[in-house]
Amino acid sequence: MPKNKSDSEKIRNTIREIISNQKRKTVTVLSSLLAIQDSLHYLPDEAIEETAIHCKVTINDVWSVASFYTNFRFTPPGNNTLDVCWGPTCHITGSQKLIGQAHAQLEIEGEGETKDGKVTLRYSTCLGACAQSPVFAVNHEMHGKMTKNKVDQLINKLTK
Amino acid sequence: MTEKYLKLKDQATVYIDKLYQNKLVIKVQTGTSGQALGADEILNTLITKADKKTTILEVGSMGFMYLEPIIVVYQNDNKFYYGNVTKSIAEDVFDHYQNNENFYEENCFAYESDETISTKIPKLDDLPQFSKQLRIATRNFGEITPGDLFQYIAKDGYSALNKALFEMKPEDVLEEVKNSGLRGRGGAAFPTGLKWSFLAPSAAPVKYVLCNSEEGDPGAFNDKGILETDPHTLVEGLILNGYATNSTHSYVFIRQGHDIPINAVERAIKEAYNNGILGKNILGSNFNFEMEVSLTGDSYVAGEETALMEAIEGKRSTPRFKPPFPAASGLWKKPTNINNVKTISYVPEIIKHGSEWFKGTGTEKSTGTAIVCLTGHLKRPGMYEIPMGMTINEVLTDLGGGSNSSDIKMLQTGGPLGGVLGKDAFDTKIDFDEMSQAGAILGSGGIIVCDESVSVVDLIRNLVAFNQFESCGKCFPCRLGNTHMLDVLERLCNSKSKPDDLKLLERIGNSMKIGSLCGHGQLGFNPISSALKYFEQEIMTAVNNNSEPLEKMYTPTRTRPGELE
Repeated sequence: MPKNKSDSEKIRNTIREIISNQKRKTVTVLSSLLAIQDSLHYLPDEAIEETAIHCKVTINDVWSVASFYTNFRFTPPGNNTLDVCWGPTCHITGSQKLIGQAHAQLEIEGEGETKDGKVTLRYSTCLGACAQSPVFAVNHEMHGKMTKNKVDQLINKLTK
Repeated sequence: MTEKYLKLKDQATVYIDKLYQNKLVIKVQTGTSGQALGADEILNTLITKADKKTTILEVGSMGFMYLEPIIVVYQNDNKFYYGNVTKSIAEDVFDHYQNNENFYEENCFAYESDETISTKIPKLDDLPQFSKQLRIATRNFGEITPGDLFQYIAKDGYSALNKALFEMKPEDVLEEVKNSGLRGRGGAAFPTGLKWSFLAPSAAPVKYVLCNSEEGDPGAFNDKGILETDPHTLVEGLILNGYATNSTHSYVFIRQGHDIPINAVERAIKEAYNNGILGKNILGSNFNFEMEVSLTGDSYVAGEETALMEAIEGKRSTPRFKPPFPAASGLWKKPTNINNVKTISYVPEIIKHGSEWFKGTGTEKSTGTAIVCLTGHLKRPGMYEIPMGMTINEVLTDLGGGSNSSDIKMLQTGGPLGGVLGKDAFDTKIDFDEMSQAGAILGSGGIIVCDESVSVVDLIRNLVAFNQFESCGKCFPCRLGNTHMLDVLERLCNSKSKPDDLKLLERIGNSMKIGSLCGHGQLGFNPISSALKYFEQEIMTAVNNNSEPLEKMYTPTRTRPGELE
């Protein structure tokens, strides 16, 4: 969606503030992009430009970083994020069936947003709670020992 | 003891006395794994219920993840452990101990006491999954609030640092680490003291020691486990690492999004700064040392030591050519050492008790302990610290409790670039060298246990898909090789394999080995080659298209220019 000038200026100001208020001392292209995505949940075009200006590098330099790390996204995500783990432990304890179920219930194929924009589904390589596999996470909150019923409840809550 | 440290000790005593002044103290084990099952809610419930007579403490996991959420009641010098706790169980336990002095048996899985309190419930020391452990780096697990400085000091924390700063020269500390035989726990098993000795002589004014907590290995969570359970052990070890190598700055490197470990280690660093343990004139000595957390985006290769430095510098995390080696030219071209969290976390205890003490555990060439993460089809998944040299069988049975379903068929160890091991290998001792001889690596300590229901071809397909997705793309043999291997494996899974597919896989694997800069490509064929060693027949059945087609696997797609048809 094309933004008008004043919207773009507004978002630039927000981004400038985020970049200059990073709480850790070492400021880099990566740290700036992470900070922006942390508050805006995606990287608008302005983020790339402002990061380049702040870090005194080219837009290409910033893009090379932004396009490399798989957590960065360039469009706003859905209201809620559902991370599903496909790592080996979750894989052998049945995550694939649950991922399939999540697809069906959310009516999407693969990663992405539901039609109503309520939920973003993401595949995760490991959420770090492997002892409780299979693991899903909703907005960074872990849910372990997932079952068909638990997935059902979780998604119903998200799509309500 | 020096004045400054004595003062901190006194403060810790006052703090602890106040913390434990109530007759009833209940510790709730949170952490990533516990929170996945609602430990947070239990903590909040208890905090809301508690009055001034009861103390509720948040602590990290003790490693018994199969029993989580766990709460521990401290009453009259006794400890009672409750497992699989729900909100209502927690309320029942709380209500009981509020009004009674006697033991509440329901949901209790172990207790600690000088007396025999129950004949039905075992003492903690009688559980093999506890008694077979030797907890050095994880000694405070389940005991203290993560990042709380005074709780750590009350457990004798920072005494090793105090000893090093005032009783030892940097070269003595280095010598002690060298003599301990400590080897890197991140995967490569390089002798730690030797690595440090490359950095120590440099007279550069700025030198870095980096702590690698990226831990992208699925199935391993012991690095994050240390960070989120006892981050001060890591902070102390890292300062010792800096002192021994005359370094000035350090970074703790961890992936964004893992908020629980990130917050815990940031709290630890902040409290250390506030109390003169980091910054200028540490504990009143002449030693200055800075520490900061550096976050990376999602990239598995960022865990490779040169790629890690690229990420701290804010660039794409792709590996660098070596030489120059990091000790000569590393982060921002300054002399640098990179060590894994676990490696560093052993150092305080080595300095405290001496290298001979450390060498007393483990095998000749793999001293000390291994922190293993058991997951998959086991009765007792969790995180356990065991002496090196224990056999795989002992670990699976005594700690893991054996299979939770059919027989155990195979293990996947050392992360997705590690190996697949069959039953024939279960007598292997867990140490660096025996594990590599068996065709796997100990690596980060993740052991994924598969029962008979798991197809070996399906498992390798998952591992190779991970490696394909996570290849950073810098070296084409790794980038294309993994993609090509995955294509071939998909054929195998769909009973569409071609006659020479196995040979093709070997050829690709070989090209990746000789043509890639870092372990990601070099070890990329490991999952297949190790699986072939133990499951040749099963793989051949798939190669000959005689096995049932497997279900489609959902994985993220990451197309590459030049991807093979």
